[in-house]
Amino acid sequence: MEHAAAPLSPEQLEQLLLGCLPSLRRYAHALAGERTAADDLVQETLARAWERAASWSGSGDVRPWLFSIMHNLRIDQARKPSLATVPLDDEAMAIPDHLRQPDSLALRDLDNALRKLPSDYREVLLLIALEDMSYAQAAEVLGCPIGSVMSRLSRARAQLRTLLDAKPEPGLKLVQT
Amino acid sequence: MKTPPFPEEDLNAYLDGELPPPRCDEVAAWLDNDPEAAAAMQAYVSQNRGIKQLFGAVAHEPLPERLVRAARAPGATGTAAVPGAPAVSQASAAPAALSAQESPAIPQAGKSLPRWSPYRLAAGILIAIGAGAAGWVAHGQWGTPGTLPGQAVAQGAQQSGGMRQASAMAAFVHQAAVAHAVYTPDVRRPVEIPADQEEQLVKWLSKRLNAKVKPPRLGALGYELIGGRLLPGASGPVAQFMYHDASERRLTLYVSADNKDNKDTAFRFAQEGDVSVFYWIDGRFGYALSANIGKAELAQLATAVYGQLEQRDGK
Repeated sequence: MEHAAAPLSPEQLEQLLLGCLPSLRRYAHALAGERTAADDLVQETLARAWERAASWSGSGDVRPWLFSIMHNLRIDQARKPSLATVPLDDEAMAIPDHLRQPDSLALRDLDNALRKLPSDYREVLLLIALEDMSYAQAAEVLGCPIGSVMSRLSRARAQLRTLLDAKPEPGLKLVQT
Repeated sequence: MKTPPFPEEDLNAYLDGELPPPRCDEVAAWLDNDPEAAAAMQAYVSQNRGIKQLFGAVAHEPLPERLVRAARAPGATGTAAVPGAPAVSQASAAPAALSAQESPAIPQAGKSLPRWSPYRLAAGILIAIGAGAAGWVAHGQWGTPGTLPGQAVAQGAQQSGGMRQASAMAAFVHQAAVAHAVYTPDVRRPVEIPADQEEQLVKWLSKRLNAKVKPPRLGALGYELIGGRLLPGASGPVAQFMYHDASERRLTLYVSADNKDNKDTAFRFAQEGDVSVFYWIDGRFGYALSANIGKAELAQLATAVYGQLEQRDGK
């Protein structure tokens, strides 16, 4: 039951963005692995969303639009290594602060394995498994055909499975991919 | 693994609910016969669950002030509802802010809002605070999205009896959605009493709610009972039953037995962040079915639940 979209008022867009904020933040944290960097990314994404607000027709789901802005921002950031980044120290990388539970060994293994995935595999997997997006929505976020989403996703899952099944080598230092 | 007659992508699509129904039967049949393919599926289901457990909590945290500010229109003077702020300040801020922000772009009363209703706010943002709960007051019937704050408050002023029930319902739905969001992520103890002790569960809940409360059977739609628990509702105990499907998607049925208004309602739909809720009143019972799935799919399940409950009561 689609309706022709009325032009969005700033108030309406504000409500939409606030509504998406927890999910956007969750995705950013899962990608960036570090709180400050994640929140910085979210803040920049929101700023850019407002810059682009006038050009958004208002039809369709706001979430893929917003997530695609974040996705493009990350691409831009990756191209500019001179941008100030949060220093990566082992403490920050090893155990994210949300994992302070006693029975989190399996989760820690999952976390480590996820970091080893190529970033485009990780992104697709998170959009589908964490953010519950549809394939079509993920395709919109990533700016790629649905077929690419499907193939990256199935490879991501297969590779993750392999990583989790493999026994960790003692003394192997974890590196961010 | 025997080479399956379909690509890996189809297995994934089946898991993610992206495969058209006729193909689903083929894949399901294959999974029954190929233990390695079934093991792969199981591994992927477990990955999904692990990923949610690993990262899911962030979405329930209070939002940092700088992000809330960034979500507002540049130059805004802080009039939108602030997530995580105390309910009291929301109640006083909201009505004044709305009149100051009237915009010609707001659709007129009677015209439906587009599919992306602004009221997809995360659980906990808009607490039902009686008549001031702008946006929660009028969810509208199934298929009709809610009205805008200014209109809801105006409507509310004209219907005080309906308002009381409406705000009680808003609180009920909100609690159901929060209970869903709080308990479904738990891998280890999602329920208090598991399904293999269903008889005890039913006895206990029925005694506490002072009414016969039995979980409906949703096997035909692919959902199995995990178990249940007792929770505090607004004015008495409520029962929560939790179900899961083959891909570990979870559904909860929230049941209260102390509805006094004696006004049955038709199905209504609400959305709180990621949680979709279908709810209705039937005599003294209030029901809310919550899930992190789309409205259409949840509607089917709600119809099935309702049908089962009707049948049982011999209506």
